[in-house]
Amino acid sequence: MSKEDIAAQRATEWREALRKEKKNKDRIEIERVKMRELDPEYRITNNEEVNCGLTTEQALREASRCLDCPDPQCMQGCPVNIFIPTFIKNIERGEFLEAAKTLKMTSALPAVCGRVCPQEKQCESKCFYKLKLGKEPVAIGYLERFAADYERESGKMALPEIKEKNGIKIAVVGSGPAGLSFAGEMAKAGYSVTVFEALHEIGGVLKYGIPEFRLPNSIVDVEINNLRAMGVEFIADCIVGKTISYDDIHEMGFKGIFVASGAGLPRFMNIPGENLIGVMSSNEYLTRVNLMCAAQDDSDTPVIKGKRVAVIGGGNTAMDSVRTAKRVGAERAMIIYRRGEDEMPARREEIHHAKQEGVEFLTLHNPIEYLGNEKGKVTAVRLQKMQLGEPDASGRRSPEPIPGAIETIEVDEVIVSVGVSPNPLIPNAIKGLEISKKGTIIVNEETMRSDLNDLYAGGDIVRGGATVILAMGDGRRAAKAMNEAIRNNKL
Amino acid sequence: MNKIVEKEYFSENVVKLVVEAPLIAKSRKAGHFVIVRSGEKGERIPLTIAQADAEKGTITLVIQAVGKSTKKICALNVGDYLSDVVGPLGQATHIEKVGTVLCCGGGVGVAPLLPIVEAFKKAGNRVVVILAARTKDLIILEEQMRANADEVIIMTDDGSYGKKGLVTNGAEEVIQREKVDMCVTIGPAIMMKFVSLLTKKYEIPTVVSLNTIMVDGTGMCGACRITVGGKTKFVCVDGPEFDAHQVDFDEMLMRLSSYKEME
Ligand SMILES: Cc1cc2nc3c(=O)[nH]c(=O)nc-3n(C[C@H](O)[C@H](O)[C@H](O)COP(=O)(O)OP(=O)(O)OC[C@H]3O[C@@H](n4cnc5c(N)ncnc54)[C@H](O)[C@@H]3O)c2cc1C
Ligand code: FES
Repeated sequence: MSKEDIAAQRATEWREALRKEKKNKDRIEIERVKMRELDPEYRITNNEEVNCGLTTEQALREASRCLDCPDPQCMQGCPVNIFIPTFIKNIERGEFLEAAKTLKMTSALPAVCGRVCPQEKQCESKCFYKLKLGKEPVAIGYLERFAADYERESGKMALPEIKEKNGIKIAVVGSGPAGLSFAGEMAKAGYSVTVFEALHEIGGVLKYGIPEFRLPNSIVDVEINNLRAMGVEFIADCIVGKTISYDDIHEMGFKGIFVASGAGLPRFMNIPGENLIGVMSSNEYLTRVNLMCAAQDDSDTPVIKGKRVAVIGGGNTAMDSVRTAKRVGAERAMIIYRRGEDEMPARREEIHHAKQEGVEFLTLHNPIEYLGNEKGKVTAVRLQKMQLGEPDASGRRSPEPIPGAIETIEVDEVIVSVGVSPNPLIPNAIKGLEISKKGTIIVNEETMRSDLNDLYAGGDIVRGGATVILAMGDGRRAAKAMNEAIRNNKL
Repeated sequence: MNKIVEKEYFSENVVKLVVEAPLIAKSRKAGHFVIVRSGEKGERIPLTIAQADAEKGTITLVIQAVGKSTKKICALNVGDYLSDVVGPLGQATHIEKVGTVLCCGGGVGVAPLLPIVEAFKKAGNRVVVILAARTKDLIILEEQMRANADEVIIMTDDGSYGKKGLVTNGAEEVIQREKVDMCVTIGPAIMMKFVSLLTKKYEIPTVVSLNTIMVDGTGMCGACRITVGGKTKFVCVDGPEFDAHQVDFDEMLMRLSSYKEME
């Protein structure tokens, strides 16, 4: 994407006409749209998607707020540089399919990103309204979702153009957003792509982690089925490094490998009582509920349905867990976080939704011990109260214990959500692969190539716990670089 | 989808299934396990690979019907399919020549013990096997054990077959009779705990293979965690085999009961 491309798109006749149609002074008077949400009382009784999407009228109106800036900063805030003004202006003129097409030029999964991206920290934080006018930014994320949903629901979802098959086989390890976007790009370029997935379901965190009420599985499945229609083959229940080895992959005739195995390893705090019954990682809790449908009566997988549930942590995973606990039947669902609310890494929207749903926030509290009964079941958590000290190296004010301020509260389920580490399976299984101290695969940032010539990697296995959009961007970049390397006979 | 090609009842509640899984059959080693799901709504449960035939592309599983999921799997017949079989998982057994190896198996733990007995014998060890069960009908795989071990001792609680007594009685007799260099024990958690206490007394290095609750089997969830030597370990990736004398069996027994009331 170059400045010239942006300028050329902006210079099209219809866009000039649109800009003239309405004065900026009128545009900035329009208030930012509010998306309809399900009523909190109702939504905690089920798993339905909380955000209802924009109506056509709402989308048209919101799109008309965008000033079509000559040097659009929002695009700089987007990790994959979506042509934001171009897609929004297409919505404004009613060309919704064209808007969706624009999104797909740089993003493989717009319907997903429109729902789960932290837009408030990315594109929307750079919006002219926000930076220069001190107003609420254009709702770029909502509009992205609108265009992607419109295309999907129209039944006119176009498969991208696929180059003539070149007969070259490429393997992908892991079917999360990084693996899916890589697979899509390579299929478009004519390669025969096979994705190996360890679990029985395709989709990675999009399926086993992020709950239905935030990202319905059906939306992820549409994307996966599109990839299937493009010729991508998915093999579930196959663990690279266990079921098949790196050598096997070569023997099977694969020319290049993209590793997108995610950051699957849950961290614990190593405090007393953490192995009591009822204390578990958010990965375990969410996997049971989302992947194994454990909260449904006809599922064989059990899940503890706590009445007083404490979730430890302040990220998206913690919010997803605590909101799930509400839906599974908790009377008291609490977030316990050692810093203040402003320091929480979770999306603002998730914090807001959690509060609406009756989740209690115990910020500046840190668990130091879990207590159990004679059967080994957790019954209480001891919390150390904290205060914020001086800002640390990362600029966040670090929490310090207040001497003697310890509180005990009753709980019957604890979900530990204090972060994940890279899945060590692949790093352990492939000899000679260069690994960082943190356990991530080291790659060239431009090409995503590792120290092994034919092995590229991206997503959380390279970044540690990151985001869907960054994982997806990695997949695209790796595909571009691998394709070039193959065409230049360097692979 | 993995087809069941052979089924045999070892006892009323213990079933042997031979299942098509060519890639796993090729790459598995003694000590490995798989995660199995019986159907679309099925639970993911771990099962040790008892045997494998790389040429035929099959693996052998031995399942004891104890809960909802194992009962469902045991009810499947030849020609039926398991919806998922994934593996091989865990670390393979460390096999070397140590001298005399005492292998204690109880209940359905006898099945995963078989490949370990085979491998230790092949490595040139003297292998003494103790098979223990409540009663005669529950003794399984005796013939296969006899074909691989130097000696097989049978113990039943009620004395209906072999000697009357617990697995620990048989084990102590062997330990007092001859020099034992190593012990491997697989069975119910409570049995492993007592064998471990016994061999600790005699300072015999002992390995246990643990069958905890699991979900993914790849280190992703931590459902399988236990304490070994004061540190938390994930059985599915760090194990399933551990130094018995370091395992906190009481905690493990407790954690195994996590979902008991819900079944
Ligand atoms: C609960 C939760 C909520 C989140 N919410 C948000 C959000 O709102 N917004 C956002 O941007 N990000 C969010 N994230 C983070 C985001 O989901 C991840 O950054 C992203 O999914 C990483 O993508 P990935 O493709 O690298 O890996 P993953 O999605 O983790 O996929 C990796 C896949 O590889 C498979 N695998 C691993 N090892 C092997 C192997 N050896 N062989 C075969 N397959 C293997 C795994 O089973 C998995 O399916 C959230 C994460 C969680 C857990
Ligand atoms: S079974 Fe999930 S980590 Fe071991």
